[in-house]
Amino acid sequence: MSLAELICPAGTPAALRTAVDAGADAVYCGFQDATNARNFPGLNFTPDELAASVVYAHERGAKVLLALNTYPPAGKVDLWRQAADTGARLGVDAFIVADMGVADYIARSHPGSRLHLSVQAAASSPEAIRYYCENFGVKRVVLPRILTIPEIREIRKEIPCEIETFIFGNHGLMVEGRCSLTNYLTGQSTNMDGVCSPASDVEYKRHEDGSMSSQLAGFTIDCFGSDEKAGYPTICKGRYTASHRPEGYYAFEEPISLNLSRLLPDLIDAGVHAFKIEGRQRSKSYVRGVVSTFRQAVDDIRAGRAANIADLVALTEGQKQTQGAFETKKWR
Amino acid sequence: MSASPDTFFRATGPAMPVLARLSCLIVQPVLNRVVRRIARQHPSLFARLGPHQGTDFVIDPVELPFALHLRPDPQALLFRAVPRDAAPEAGATIRGKFMLLLELIDSEEDGDAAFFSRDLEVTGDTEAVVRLRNALDDVDGSIAEETAEMFGPAGRAILARLRRAYPT
Amino acid sequence: MAVSDMTKLTLGPIAYHWSAETRRDFYARIADEAPVDEVYLGEVICSKRAPFHEGDLPATIERLERGGKTVILSSLAEVMLKRERKATADLASMDSPEIEINNAAGLFARGKRPHRIGPFMNAYNEATIAWMAAQGATHVCLPAEMPGPAIAVAAAAARDLGLGVEVQVFGRVSLAVSARCYHARAHGRTKDNCQFVCEEDADGMPLRTTDDRPILRVNGIQTQSESYMDLMPEAGQMIACGITHLRLMPQAIDMVAVATVFRDALDSTRGLDAAEAALRELCGGTSFSNGFYHGQAGYRRIAAAAAV
Repeated sequence: MSLAELICPAGTPAALRTAVDAGADAVYCGFQDATNARNFPGLNFTPDELAASVVYAHERGAKVLLALNTYPPAGKVDLWRQAADTGARLGVDAFIVADMGVADYIARSHPGSRLHLSVQAAASSPEAIRYYCENFGVKRVVLPRILTIPEIREIRKEIPCEIETFIFGNHGLMVEGRCSLTNYLTGQSTNMDGVCSPASDVEYKRHEDGSMSSQLAGFTIDCFGSDEKAGYPTICKGRYTASHRPEGYYAFEEPISLNLSRLLPDLIDAGVHAFKIEGRQRSKSYVRGVVSTFRQAVDDIRAGRAANIADLVALTEGQKQTQGAFETKKWR
Repeated sequence: MSASPDTFFRATGPAMPVLARLSCLIVQPVLNRVVRRIARQHPSLFARLGPHQGTDFVIDPVELPFALHLRPDPQALLFRAVPRDAAPEAGATIRGKFMLLLELIDSEEDGDAAFFSRDLEVTGDTEAVVRLRNALDDVDGSIAEETAEMFGPAGRAILARLRRAYPT
Repeated sequence: MAVSDMTKLTLGPIAYHWSAETRRDFYARIADEAPVDEVYLGEVICSKRAPFHEGDLPATIERLERGGKTVILSSLAEVMLKRERKATADLASMDSPEIEINNAAGLFARGKRPHRIGPFMNAYNEATIAWMAAQGATHVCLPAEMPGPAIAVAAAAARDLGLGVEVQVFGRVSLAVSARCYHARAHGRTKDNCQFVCEEDADGMPLRTTDDRPILRVNGIQTQSESYMDLMPEAGQMIACGITHLRLMPQAIDMVAVATVFRDALDSTRGLDAAEAALRELCGGTSFSNGFYHGQAGYRRIAAAAAV
């Protein structure tokens, strides 16, 4: 049986300590710039904060993974190189990368370091994964949230590296690393700037009837009735009309979160090495609740007990959860 | 005096404006001490606010007779109770039940979850709110507890009573 | 506009599910009449569509080559299922014509044999382009969302390595791809049971915001821009920076005329204003955009600065 490491998000040093204290095996985080895909205002780590955080985690037996998982635009590659150098100097345990140029740089400049392939690289076949393993020495792939468990089992047989899958949190609909939707409306790029529906372009409007609309750069993304649960103002979770859907519908996905708590034993059995919890942009409260719940679950499964998973629906987007593609390919 | 455009919560009856002003007067010294102490103990919070140190936040606990006005400028820190009809033009407004707001400040509740459930409302500059949230979330320990501690046993008793009064 | 006989006009792969007959007629006209130098063929978006038209490929290739066009076969953008992996491996094993790779699975299968890098490969910067060149890439199509200054740096780097460098200058922009089919979803179906409903929308299925503003187009698993990107005014600047190929994406309009307008503008046989007006005429009510190039929201249309 694989170790089923628990990989947990941290948007601030306090969240990192919370995750470690709640039982994270590893915490992933990023710097306060475009080098990672959660480049959100007021979030993330300065080099000094990361240094202290690495010490805190290591003293407690937890690892720190540094996300360098965006795509540097030509002319700005040095920012990513410097971030990698800083991470190496501070002793992070692995780099999570997507761009081939960044992967190549780390493989050559910091040859001892461990590379994980970010979900932002969207490697969804054994061949694509092997390309990164054989060329850059990638040790682990974070799989896109589009595969069924039998498909993951098949992939495992054909690749030389470990598998990490998301088990909880934001349910990305578009292929990661191939999405310019935010840039199309706001002028800020998910791939190059690390943003997704930047807060600076988001506006919520309250209406007389108690409904609330969310807008991104002046485009209406959704309008929630007074009794409706809300979601993030992301384009892929928006409500639109089409000629034969004049009433408006969720063209891509409704506000919903991924929750695979009931599939953990199957995932372990399929050969998944590590479980990833999404949510670097979320609060300590979320980190504490989700990490401790999954810590307990994984420990139960390892000990051969049935996992008794607490209800996490209150923390989910739209207060709805799904097992997405992991449960059935009908999701596609 | 200009009326607040906000019609979500409006004190009714002729006595209410007076009551609101009285309440503000009573809590103001507390607020001054609270905010100065937090600023002294958690200076890193201001870096996360970035360009929004000068933004006027209106924090609106819907069931209290007044709102709170916060301008987190480290050079001229401002945190005051204001009657709703005298609230300044807000850069950003955060509205919810008092206990929820308190728990958000202390990271006992998750802001996104409170937003999804519609218990928390945000209007105005969304980035300002996100920065404030992230800044407060990086503060270790409980700001509510620290505040209660400032007032000794009486403070702790009030906080405990508050928490009992708002079952979540 | 900086004139360059050297600059090649290319026609990208058809993104939509046009019928076999429509495709045959389309490429027959392109072969005979369109002033494009190179044509990319093949199904890039959905592996389920390929059987409808791949039988015609040899004849189409022959027809285009007879018309003096260079033909390149493009690989799938998303590779997950067995049939997609096999299609990618089969393509990568071909010696001719040239191939354009859109997924790392294709790079793996191709090894160090020569190939082109497609727009889905995320060749955003000089480090990545240098890596790709060292692995046998001969040509790179940059991502459509890259801003002008980054395009300039990437083009210079690619040119120094002896690579062709291409950017899309016309047509809807691919904004996202997914494992899920949004055409099927819009009709209450799943991808496996789609009944090829995407064939109904030759130029993509329009989505509007609930307050009735046009915003996106759905094309199977792909989400496209509502606007046609038009970088004709910027083409001169890009050519000056070292861009060697300009890509026109096939839309359900008169693409021979579109190519002619672009060729005329490149050759300065038609002034930029007149060419733009002619292009406008050909595109009906569809809005134009160039925001990505100017580092602004992609849907925006930024007024042209004075030609350099």
